[in-house]
Amino acid sequence: MSTNGSERDAPFIRLENFSLSFPVLHGSARSLKKSLLKSVKRSVGRGMGHQVGGAVHGDDVLLVQALDHVSFEAGPGERIGLIGHNGAGKSTLLRALAGIYESSVGSLTLHGETHALLDPMAGMNRDLTGRENIRLFARYNDLERVHAVALERDVESFAGLGAFIDLPVRLYSSGMAVRLGFALATAPRPQILLMDEWFLAGDQHFQDKAEARLTDLVAHADIMIVTSHSMPILRRWCTRILWMEHGRVRMDGPASIVIDTYLDAVAGETPAPAPAEERTKGNGSDGQDRLTSS
Amino acid sequence: MASVMPAWTRKRRMRAPPSRSVLGDLRETLGLWRLAASLGWLDVKLRYRGSALGPFWLTLSSVVMMASMGVLYARLFQINLHDYLPFLSVSQLLWQFGIANIIQESCTCFTEAENSIRSIRLPFGLQSLRLLVRNGIVIAHNLIVPIGIFALYDAWPGMIGLMSLPGLVLWSLDGFAACLFLGSLCARYRDLPPIVGAVLQVAFYITPVIWKPTQLGAKGWWLIYNPFYPLLEIVRAPLLGHVPDRTVVAVAVGVSVVFCMAALATFRHTRSRLAFWV
Repeated sequence: MSTNGSERDAPFIRLENFSLSFPVLHGSARSLKKSLLKSVKRSVGRGMGHQVGGAVHGDDVLLVQALDHVSFEAGPGERIGLIGHNGAGKSTLLRALAGIYESSVGSLTLHGETHALLDPMAGMNRDLTGRENIRLFARYNDLERVHAVALERDVESFAGLGAFIDLPVRLYSSGMAVRLGFALATAPRPQILLMDEWFLAGDQHFQDKAEARLTDLVAHADIMIVTSHSMPILRRWCTRILWMEHGRVRMDGPASIVIDTYLDAVAGETPAPAPAEERTKGNGSDGQDRLTSS
Repeated sequence: MASVMPAWTRKRRMRAPPSRSVLGDLRETLGLWRLAASLGWLDVKLRYRGSALGPFWLTLSSVVMMASMGVLYARLFQINLHDYLPFLSVSQLLWQFGIANIIQESCTCFTEAENSIRSIRLPFGLQSLRLLVRNGIVIAHNLIVPIGIFALYDAWPGMIGLMSLPGLVLWSLDGFAACLFLGSLCARYRDLPPIVGAVLQVAFYITPVIWKPTQLGAKGWWLIYNPFYPLLEIVRAPLLGHVPDRTVVAVAVGVSVVFCMAALATFRHTRSRLAFWV
């Protein structure tokens, strides 16, 4: 699709039986004193354990199998959407692709310049002014001076914060903060673009403006992987959908086919409200629902 | 919409797959020294934003402490101020800002960067380097106190003072290692920082910081077994115009080598899990 920069070799993503489990530490597992005490007592009896979708290890250390033998390949021109219930492993997969979560089970190969949009406030310091955050962002990405200046001008005009740009971010309304975060996060032009669903947040006026910028960003990327609950958006942007369930790929195929099957399945599972909910989630949901189910 | 940004050229290309080793982490950290410097500088700037004196508040409190402690302890230990005050000012600076603060802050170096660790892929060593930069800046602000006292009593160490530089390099390595070591352990066990604080408190009393090792006389044979003593001495002695004892240097280097190895081993074990722990 896009062949900008002919000297860059073709990017690709390849996962072979990639599995990832992570510890969820709570209660006394966080305490060294209690952990030591417990290991002494361990021989006496074993804890009863919890049964919340993961193998239980010890009393307060929950080992969650977030990704389970995931295999897929992606090459230039592919726009892949990740769908599935909350807790199906979409965000974990995105974080693993971004290199934040690591696992030695199976293999994950990513070739190409990668940029991940995981959190609108990534690397931002709320006590710094908007402008200082822009400069910090330039440092994070090790930009040359000329580009840092261009970035500052670009973000300043896009975010449209007026005089607020020179005030600390903690004084911003949530909408303003998202605008700044969005403007920054969408400035790079990577070969591989990884996006979490947060980019759907923001008011309607901003949405239109944001969409133009996103479209531009997506057009520049060779490979895009995005998680979203909004089927219309996924239908429009994606060529391929990975349907995740319990950390596994349940279905992988052309966007329209997988989405239809998915919606049917969701409608079948929980009679009436679910599909409707699934559709309305598209506008405005920014991941708060993540906490409610699973 | 045309892309407003010029082609997004980075001097540093995001390597993919990301380096999954301790060595890769350290190499990447070195490549990002400018980011570490900015972050460290911003930390200091933010801590004192809105106060007229800025980081010099610390300097001022050091001056007050030096004046009161100097007079009191010189009387208690029956030493004259001319001998004692230069010693105390250097000692206090090195212990407080060079050792205690760095160790205590190293406990939270990863947990405090939780947000960026979970959303941007960066080497963990970056947080360690940032902490060193931040504390280096604070030390530089407080350097004024001993310099003022040296000038007052005309107690300049002379060229021997430069011998403290290798010691400071060793300290930087140890400080970096402390971040990797305590930073990862404290991310896993959240009750560890107060324990570290308590240990530091004890170490302060049993290490010759406000008292001189010579005051113990022959009874001071055990001092060398307190790792803080040789480490403090290799930097402090030259600053006070003495060449540090050879045993002291050997033990300081030995302790550092062992500590750095232990830190690297710990980090090797914890690195891939840190993102889950913070």
